Amino acid sequence: MTKRSGLLLLAAAGAVALSACSPIEPWVKPYEREHLAEAVMSFSRDPVSTSYIDHVFESREGARGATGGVGGGCGCN
Amino acid sequence: MKRIVLPLCFLVMSAATLAASVDPLRTGASAPTFALQSNSGKPVALADLKGQIVLVNFWASWCGPCRKEMPILEQLNRQYRAKGVTLVGVNVEPDTAAAVDWLKATPVSFPILFDVDSKVSKLYQVEGMPNTVILDRTGKVRYIHRGYSAGAENEYLDQIRALIRE
Amino acid sequence: MSAAPRHLSRFAAAALALLGTASAGVLPDDRADLLIHSYKGGGIEIEGPSVLVRKKFGDHVSVAYNYYEDQITGHVDTYSGASVDVTSGASTYKEERKQHSLSVDLLQGKTTWSTGYIDSNEPDYKSKTAFATVSEDMFGDLTTVSFGVVRGWDKVYDKTTFKGDADRRNWQLGLSQILSRNLLLGLNFETSESEGFLNNPYRLVRFLSNDPTLARGYGTQPEAYPHTRTGNAGSAQLKYHLPGRGALDSSYRYFSDTWGIRAHTVQLGVAQPIFHNWLLDGHLRFYRQTHANFYSDLFPYADAQNFMARDRELATFKSLTIGAGASWQLPHPRFLQKNSVNVRLDRLRINYQDYRDLRFTTVGAGNEPLFTLDATVFQVFYSAWY
Repeated sequence: MTKRSGLLLLAAAGAVALSACSPIEPWVKPYEREHLAEAVMSFSRDPVSTSYIDHVFESREGARGATGGVGGGCGCN
Repeated sequence: MKRIVLPLCFLVMSAATLAASVDPLRTGASAPTFALQSNSGKPVALADLKGQIVLVNFWASWCGPCRKEMPILEQLNRQYRAKGVTLVGVNVEPDTAAAVDWLKATPVSFPILFDVDSKVSKLYQVEGMPNTVILDRTGKVRYIHRGYSAGAENEYLDQIRALIRE
Repeated sequence: MSAAPRHLSRFAAAALALLGTASAGVLPDDRADLLIHSYKGGGIEIEGPSVLVRKKFGDHVSVAYNYYEDQITGHVDTYSGASVDVTSGASTYKEERKQHSLSVDLLQGKTTWSTGYIDSNEPDYKSKTAFATVSEDMFGDLTTVSFGVVRGWDKVYDKTTFKGDADRRNWQLGLSQILSRNLLLGLNFETSESEGFLNNPYRLVRFLSNDPTLARGYGTQPEAYPHTRTGNAGSAQLKYHLPGRGALDSSYRYFSDTWGIRAHTVQLGVAQPIFHNWLLDGHLRFYRQTHANFYSDLFPYADAQNFMARDRELATFKSLTIGAGASWQLPHPRFLQKNSVNVRLDRLRINYQDYRDLRFTTVGAGNEPLFTLDATVFQVFYSAWY
């Protein structure tokens, strides 16, 4: 594994460790997420279409990666 | 790694203590009182429901698990209304239009209260949507449920039956 | 034979995005999508369907399957330009690529584990990809952290002759943070490593030549690529909910790799629901990159370097894409929760700064005009949630 991927793993582990730190008072309450739950605020509203257009660009360009989107949303359960 | 995590932890903890925090909602404590406008047009106050076992369900039309839970709560309401159990739905949306629309398609027979400025949500420290609080006949908080997953209604039923027997 | 894009790791990456998206504490919704996609530009037409079906089993497991197909028709210059690319070619070629993907998501509390497999086949390129990601909600569900690994195994053929393997390894790290009731931030970082036969077996480079038998003043030889490539990409995305019902979207990505390519991508978008059941959106995408350090449109002589490429994906260029989409939520039958019909149109223009258009044969080697690609991408799809 290269140095960079090692750093990535450390960063991920660090984030998880931080979460075990101490509960931060969330500044957006679960009942205040009405806008965040809407489709227009989703990172992946139409996954089939997004994935296709990403592929159109990636197959014609030198750059690849870091296009992902996970998170946001209603935060239910 | 330790050099980064420890100072960060310290910062995070300081921020947490500095952040305003309310006394957590404890089981066994008296349920905070409130009065809210309801979908019948008349205000409903929690104080009026003393003597009943009350199930307060905080929900929103934008919340998938909340919508899934509603028909189940409706069933529960029909079954146990006669046995002294009152169901109250507290809608947490600042704009009531979406909730009203959804209720037209999926009507329920228990009162829906509108907590448009989130006062009651804050009072009950709603953490996670949906949120169900079960109160006994004396108005004390007995059970708190965060979130909803299939089968949770069996827990509600067990707890309600236990409260009925008291 | 084919001048179609060779780097199928990209197809896998896009399929990954299709299958592995969710906020960590909630499984993705059950849905089915049928997309018809069409790309026309640079002498190539690529069309086909993409079908997605996703279903929960119980409360903790979600399975998704995607079938994707490309029907490729290309028009080729008979001397050495396959739609401007340099290959040895017939005048028209047809090709078909088929891809199957399967993924499983497992939800435990605030953590989602996801794993899947992608299989892509065309006559001269077989690609297999496996991936695993884990994502977790924390800090009052305002933060989602995700980590993923991807492994790929590709086999490259020259028609039916096996040419070599290309292996891929990617690591992904993502963070999304709710900043306010109306503002969402996404950060992503990805390292990609490839090793093996990384070039196209048909593509050629050209070099200046005084040889009188060469009609156009240049000769050709096969391209030669390094056997490894490592790239790093980092991106930041902001989504902002406007007063009312609309939202703004902006993102920036920086990419750099061991081949010397540096690329910037900027995207801006706006989405606005109108009436009761319509959603309109528009977006702009700006992209620019510098060329790979072994790239040249015209080498000074044969065997000028150990590594040589004339692949326009590795050239210096600027690109602008303008796109718009419309979505209509139509009345749904009782067995569905909702459904929609959607159309999207994108116009893509790439201005190459060091890649020349070889269809101009009379102006002398190196004097051909710089190539400009104009392409139209059209999508129509139906989505149903159940």
